Amino acid sequence: MNARPVLSAFRQALQEAWAGGAGIFLPATFFAGAAVLVPLGVGVDNALLRSIGPGILWVALALSSLVTMERLFQADLEDGALDLWLQTDLPISAYAAAKTLAHWCVAGLPLALMTPVLGILLQIEPAKLPMFAAGYAIGGIAFFFWGGVGAALSASVRRGGLLIALIALPFFFPTAIFGARALQAGTATSPEALYLIASALFSLSVAPFAMGAALRLAAD
Amino acid sequence: MAIERGSNVLSQAVLTANGLGVMRGDRTLFTGVRVSVCARELVLLRGQNGAGKTTLLRLLAGLSTAESGKVTRTAPHHWIGHRKGLKPHETPATHLQHWANAWGVEPDMVHTALEAVSLLRAADVPTGHLSQGQQHRTALARLLLQDRPLWLLDEPFAAMDDSGVAMIKSRIEQHCASGGAVIAAVHGDYGLTPSQEITL
Repeated sequence: MNARPVLSAFRQALQEAWAGGAGIFLPATFFAGAAVLVPLGVGVDNALLRSIGPGILWVALALSSLVTMERLFQADLEDGALDLWLQTDLPISAYAAAKTLAHWCVAGLPLALMTPVLGILLQIEPAKLPMFAAGYAIGGIAFFFWGGVGAALSASVRRGGLLIALIALPFFFPTAIFGARALQAGTATSPEALYLIASALFSLSVAPFAMGAALRLAAD
Repeated sequence: MAIERGSNVLSQAVLTANGLGVMRGDRTLFTGVRVSVCARELVLLRGQNGAGKTTLLRLLAGLSTAESGKVTRTAPHHWIGHRKGLKPHETPATHLQHWANAWGVEPDMVHTALEAVSLLRAADVPTGHLSQGQQHRTALARLLLQDRPLWLLDEPFAAMDDSGVAMIKSRIEQHCASGGAVIAAVHGDYGLTPSQEITL
């Protein structure tokens, strides 16, 4: 397969995200807000914060990944760009994967990069923070790709944001379970960490085809 | 009207569709529609608003599937629809560069295409700030980016000024004369000389 169309789709999605203005900071702000609220809510018991902190970040990450998911494919459907992509030689699933990956780079990767700072706030041991950030980055990929399936399925639905959450959240469960266990295990080569990576790879390999089928239906 | 027929190869059908039928809910939009277009032919789709011209064109482009019938395309095609595929942040130049890149076309063609649709002056203005007519010209410039035998055009004259209408008309005539085929949904006459008209 020729890589050029995929790269053009990826680049256009990146440019669009930047041109979209402050929209790209929404997930990051939401993520920080949700994580900061927790110590305020449960009090300053350091031992308690340390035990629930990683889990809180997983929950906040899962929810903030959905914040701007609604427009992922909807804009292309409304302005006709999706029609053009459907008429290229590029499989539509490859286009969907490129769009989602670009969205993760802009909206998802910054969340993972923020976790060390928020982790300090939640009393996580500083030595563990880099490994935790990697875990959140990998888990974030799975969240974004399953969220993308929800976005593709609800692309033709006005105000489909909540619908995306309903569709995508059940698919988050395996990643959340393995992710939480992996951070407890605390090493990059633990079986739990490998399962976390596997769940991200599974989403990468399955979700694009589901998105492609959904987008064909949306354009029909 | 007289249409020059070339060799057998040229008169081979670029697109054929038989027995196309579409339902919208429990209403039949159209049924038993037959379309066949060869090289050097211009087919005009006619019909009132809501008759199904856009739906038929989307079927022919492979964007949607019919309840009955089959579409066979034997050559690559260009598509210009109501929804033009422009991003508000893109300029005509970046829009064409993007598609030139995605289609594997020489980047030099961008300038040629912009010149052909008289958009060089507005080439670096974001399409969100352009008029309807200029946005339409940007979309039409895609036709000239890459040589493809079949053009599927949904109301190509919409929102165009007199010079735009003349430009599109001459482009369509040129395309047909050089062995291409065009299927266009239009309202009004515009002085085109179609090989066939299909009324829905």
